[in-house]
Amino acid sequence: MQGPAHSGGTGCRTSTGVAVTIEAGPAIYVENLRKVYGDKVAVESLSLQVEHGEVFGFLGPNGAGKTTTIKMLNGLVRPTAGRLSVLGRALGDPEARRRIGFLPEQFRFHEWLRAAEFLDFHGSLYGLSRAERRERIPGALNLVGLEGRAESRLRTFSKGMLQRIGIAQAVIADPKLVFLDEPTSALDPLGRRDVRDIIRTLQSRGVTVFLNSHLLGEVEVVCDRVAIVTEGRVAAMGTTTELLSGDHVVEVDARNVSETLLAEIQRRYSVLETNALPASATRQTGSSLQMMVNPVIADCRFSLSIADSAVPALVELLVRDGAAIHALVPRQRSLEDLFVEIVQIGGDR
Amino acid sequence: MRAVLIFARFTLREAIRKKMVLGVLLLSALFVGMYAYGFSSLKSNFSERVATGDVPPIDFPVFASVMVQLGFYTVNFLSGVMAIFASVGSVAGEVDGGTFHAIVPKPVRRWHIVVGKWLGYAVMLTVYVSLMCLSVLLVSRFIGGFVPPNMVLSSALVVLVSLLLLSLTVLGSTFFSSLTNGIIVFMLYGVALMGGVVEQIGRFLQNETLTNIGVITSLVIPSDAVWRLASSLLQRSGDLSVQVIQTPFTASAQPSLPMVIYAVCYALAAVSLSTLVFSRRDL
Repeated sequence: MQGPAHSGGTGCRTSTGVAVTIEAGPAIYVENLRKVYGDKVAVESLSLQVEHGEVFGFLGPNGAGKTTTIKMLNGLVRPTAGRLSVLGRALGDPEARRRIGFLPEQFRFHEWLRAAEFLDFHGSLYGLSRAERRERIPGALNLVGLEGRAESRLRTFSKGMLQRIGIAQAVIADPKLVFLDEPTSALDPLGRRDVRDIIRTLQSRGVTVFLNSHLLGEVEVVCDRVAIVTEGRVAAMGTTTELLSGDHVVEVDARNVSETLLAEIQRRYSVLETNALPASATRQTGSSLQMMVNPVIADCRFSLSIADSAVPALVELLVRDGAAIHALVPRQRSLEDLFVEIVQIGGDR
Repeated sequence: MRAVLIFARFTLREAIRKKMVLGVLLLSALFVGMYAYGFSSLKSNFSERVATGDVPPIDFPVFASVMVQLGFYTVNFLSGVMAIFASVGSVAGEVDGGTFHAIVPKPVRRWHIVVGKWLGYAVMLTVYVSLMCLSVLLVSRFIGGFVPPNMVLSSALVVLVSLLLLSLTVLGSTFFSSLTNGIIVFMLYGVALMGGVVEQIGRFLQNETLTNIGVITSLVIPSDAVWRLASSLLQRSGDLSVQVIQTPFTASAQPSLPMVIYAVCYALAAVSLSTLVFSRRDL
């Protein structure tokens, strides 16, 4: 479980005044990471690299192995095989752990604690002195919008507030790397915006953020780079601009589309979504010698991923078949389009 | 060591916050009150009979000794129950509850967590058992006018019983859910009590099979063997070699020093094993 060999190292002075050497190289390095529970493969073979100061989005459908991967990176789960290093250190290195914050997906805390006591406890686990803790707790509460609740017991907190205090716990020790596993799952839209702002604040401080989220729009806005994981492997990875450039998405609204045409389109193009009423009529096609009865869909909407240059051919295909095009709207591909595309290729969904 | 102490303090604070300590103290005060009342009633009853010329065939110190043993027995049983139920979810509860997810990734070793929690409960039990034994001894001294021998050593052995059960329960907690662990350890505790009785009957009837069953039980879980040593010490006058006074609470042969060493090793092994198991566990 050794990290990659890095030559040299850069000195990094922490706010506590202790010089910590963070070795050159990526903030997170994962190579062929694998986890098997009994005969169930949770993570097949995952490789990725996250650079210092990046906000990295970690996406994938349920059961793709995202949380297991994050748990392995945080020492909760032992990998079956693979190499990984965090902040240039081998897994479990206390010096690296001191510089890592983690909000677990299952954010359950000791609810008999008061908010300030909770942060004090977690701060002490990071090895912060009493004075450092006293100094940082108000700031951390402030960051997550819980100022004035320092003396409230966590028992009285809503789910969203618990998630906020969980984020405060993750940043209390002024980390270099923060893992946020579904940080907005319990938050309302305002809370989500707050978390987005927190991530941006961390980003501006040069903190590396590893974000696992289902809210693709959010990831798209906030992340520098993204990996999409399916079945325990990285299916796509790159900056959002890289991933979303090239193909456009075209949304088509057409009437009288024959089923054979729709099948043809699905064969030729990468269809993201189809929304078609069942065929309500038939149309006779072909010559008088070879008449074919072809069911026709009265109202058909679909969207597909297509290169700009291929749009005229699509229009021609539709028109030749006798379909009436009511709308054909090209738009920039979103992360959601890409996600759906990749996950569909992945198979069973 | 610093991390161990953080977890020990945290565990103690949790016990206080969750009103576990308060509940135990209230019920224990009730027990001590009733014990003192019973002791004084026995004493006045005895004095009355002596005054009316109806002198009982047995001297008062024998009754007093039996009362002290009953008191210690109750403390032993209560602290055993407390050790088991306080720590039954010490690891499993936090694993199931998910509270470890934010704690284990911190720059602490997993054994710090287990040993720290063990230490927290151990301090709590030691203070509790000491206070309770002291209460029994004070009642005996000031109400009954009786001072049993080997008070400190016997009390220490009762502490050992509770620490032994604590260690076993913490170990179980790294394997089983809280409920399963509670059932298993409590059943073992019950088996140990029965094993002790069986062994004594075996020795009394000179039945080797029964005696062996008792001895094997003591090896599987030595809590009752240590208790019986504490009980016999309370009846001896002075050092370990002196012949035991025969009462309904003692048997002819008592477990001794090797058993104490065995029990200490047993507890240490249980804690070590639990740190080992927890260190390898996926959370």
